[in-house]
Parts: sequence; C-alpha cells; structure tokens
Amino acid sequence: MMRPARNHPAWWAFLVHRLSGLALTLFLPAHFLALGTALRGEARLDAFLRWTDRPWVIAGEWILVTLLAAHLAGGLRLLALELLPWREWQKTLAAVAAGFAVVAGLAFALAR
Amino acid sequence: MTPHPRAELFLWAAQRVTAVFLAFFVLVHLATIVYAVRGGLTAAEILARTHSSLVIPFFYLFFVLAASIHGAIGLRNVAAEWLGWRGASADAAVSLVGLALLALGLRAVLAVAA
Amino acid sequence: MEHLQVDVWRGGAEGSYQRFEVPRRASQTVLDVVTHIQRFIDPTLAYRFACRVGMCGSCAMMVNGKPRWTCRTHVDKVARDAALTLAPLANMPVVRDLVADMREFFDKWGRARGQFVPTRTRHQEFARVDPRSSARREADAAIECIGCGICYAACDVVRWNPDYLGPAALNRAWTLQNDARDGAHAARLEAVSGDAGCHSCHTQMSCTEFCPKRLSPTRSIAGLKRESLWSFLQPGSRKP
Repeated sequence: MMRPARNHPAWWAFLVHRLSGLALTLFLPAHFLALGTALRGEARLDAFLRWTDRPWVIAGEWILVTLLAAHLAGGLRLLALELLPWREWQKTLAAVAAGFAVVAGLAFALAR
Repeated sequence: MTPHPRAELFLWAAQRVTAVFLAFFVLVHLATIVYAVRGGLTAAEILARTHSSLVIPFFYLFFVLAASIHGAIGLRNVAAEWLGWRGASADAAVSLVGLALLALGLRAVLAVAA
Repeated sequence: MEHLQVDVWRGGAEGSYQRFEVPRRASQTVLDVVTHIQRFIDPTLAYRFACRVGMCGSCAMMVNGKPRWTCRTHVDKVARDAALTLAPLANMPVVRDLVADMREFFDKWGRARGQFVPTRTRHQEFARVDPRSSARREADAAIECIGCGICYAACDVVRWNPDYLGPAALNRAWTLQNDARDGAHAARLEAVSGDAGCHSCHTQMSCTEFCPKRLSPTRSIAGLKRESLWSFLQPGSRKP
C-alpha cells in the first residue's frame, strides 16, 4: 500500500510536536534525578552542574530548550485551531510557532 | 476492549487543560532558564532562588503534576498509534510512567525546596 | 513520440508493480493513461471511473504517492522524468489492481451517524433555514463532499488507528450537527467522540491538503471537538 505524501506544513508541525513531546518526556526523569542530587547537599548539585559545563551537554541543553519552546508554541497553535472559531489566518500559526522556537533557542544559546 | 468514549473524551480534555496550565508554567520556566544561565549556573544560585519564597516550590509542584498527566496521556497516544499498543496493558503502562514522573518530580521539588 | 513509464499495481493485497509504456499526448490526464493501458495493452487491468469530468470521485487513486482524481490530474503536472506510479487508494483493502474496497469507508460513515434524521413530516410546514445563519454557513462550508475517499486515503491517523472514523465521516457528521432540522444531535455527538472519533485527529491536515473539492475536514473536526468539549463541560446545554 502506498503511503500518502506528507510534505505540507501542518504535517511537519504535527511531527515536530510529537517528537519534541517524546524527547521531553524521556528527558524529564533525568532532569528530576539531577535536581534530586540536592537531597545529598548543595555540593552534590554543584558537582553535577560543573559536569554539565561540557560542550556536548551545553549543546544538548540548547536542543532541549528549543524543543521545549517548539512544543509550547505548537501546543498553543493546536489550542487555537481546536478551541477558537476557524479562521484562515490560522494556517500561518505553524510558521509563527517555528519562529518562536528559534527565538527561544537563540536567547538560550546567547545567555549560556 | 476499549474504554468508553466518554473516558477518552475526558483524557483528551485533561490533555488540553493541563496544556493551558503548562503554557504558563513553561513560559515562566523558559524565562527563568534564560535569565538564570547568564554568567554560569551554580547550585547556590538555584537553591537561593527556590528557597526565596514559598510560591516557587508550589509553582514547581503544580508544574510537575501537570507535566506528569500531560506526558502520560501523550505517551498513550504515541503507544497506540506508533506501536499499536492499546487497551488495558497500555493504559497501565502509561499510568505507571505518569506516576514515576510524578514521584521523581516531587522528590526533585523537595530536594530544592526543603 | 515521447513515452511515459507507468508502474501500475497489479494484484490484491499481494502483488507487484507492472511497467507499461504509454504514448505521451498533449493535455493528457492520468485517466487517459490508465484507459489507454486497459484498452490497447492489457484488458485485464481493473480500475474505476465514471463521469471523467471531476464530478463523481470514482477515479480516485494514488498517483506518485498522492491521492488524486485521475480525470483531473494532468500528466504534465505530476510526471517527473516521464514516469508515473499508480496504486489503489491507501488505507483501504485492495479488490484488484487499482480498485479499492470502500466498504469500511462507508461503514464508518454510518457509525458516525452521518445520516440525516428528520423531525418533520410532509404534513407540516417546510422548515425555514436562514442561509446566513452561522450554523448553516458552517454546514455549507463542508456540504459538498461526494464521498470519493481521498481524504481517508491521505490520513495518517486512519492508517495508525483502525477504529478511527476518518475525515469524510466526521466532516459529514459536522454538517448534520449544524443542520437545524436534524433530530439526532446528541446521539451523533456521542458517536463521533472518543478515540475512534474526532478526538484522535491530530490536525495533520492531509485531508484538507488533498481534498479535490477544497473542503477542510480538519475545520469540521475542530468544530466537533469544540462541541463535544462544551457538551462535556456543560451537560444538557445542547438541544437533543
């Protein structure tokens, strides 16, 4: 059976939203465990934070922040499409969401 | 054996309701991240922030609760559609994941707030 | 004379692509190509068409991976390097060659309660429906569906979720929910809710992308989501 073509914006928006959601759900336990090191004292948390100063970890953080922003923006787009009366300009929401994600990622990259 | 459509509607609605709360939580969290990582991140800074007011631990408490529910329901959809895993066993599995996220998250809030 | 390389699905669920060489002509449609194969090369090829002018939807099939009406698809628009790949509509069992089994597509239409339920008889006055009312405008925006199955073939949720009613059935349900004369609103809303119904739509909009009548089932499904959410939060507020 031939798989139907998927090369349109709303499909990419769906894929980004789903994959970012999956990635964030997989990341969350690690995030919680990292913060949980503080249970053994501030020094343990600090030691962990020093470990995250590596370039590949910083790159990973940047990706996660961008994915978080993308998932948020995509989610707001969905809420608008599903809960507000249908309007034609809503088609551009995907582009706006992508833009927001890029900006958030950039802000993080510049700050870190 | 499928759950009643009404239960499925409830899950869909819960996904959207937690999404609205998470939109607020995530915006605050993103802003906090960008602000906090300037000039490096230390445990002392983080803990000073989380201890500065009772509002902050409660903020993260509700954040963790909403994220656990939202993530679990999302995983349920992915399991059904991409793994073909539906029914009671799938529901049990995602519930376990949700509870695990909740437990780890509460532990993390305690770690930085207590 | 230029020729097209046309790979055509032969067989049922099991089968393979068979290659044909078809003369290329000006203003040729994909339907012209398929008809040429069946008439002059291989009479055993099974395919569907009827009106051949873009009104009936019978000729729908997968053309280079996209669900289209072959009578309304010009070869010049879709043939890359003079090559075409033709297959029966996706998400449906194959009867033979290019013919898809549409029974489940229509069964789901029924499961979505996509039938009008009258509330008056011929002994009563005609119903008066204002075409400018918001409900009628919503219905009118979606009413032109002819059940060709392209949206259903395009939808990934249909592919991933066997129970999913699909864009066409849900679109029709929406038109009926907005029909002031219909008497089954509450029952229909129940029928289109849940994992088999509108709540599984992920707004991928492949249906809207490929609908030859330029309808937007996504829009209709969004309407059903709103209506079901409202009904869920305020039970009893919607008239039966």
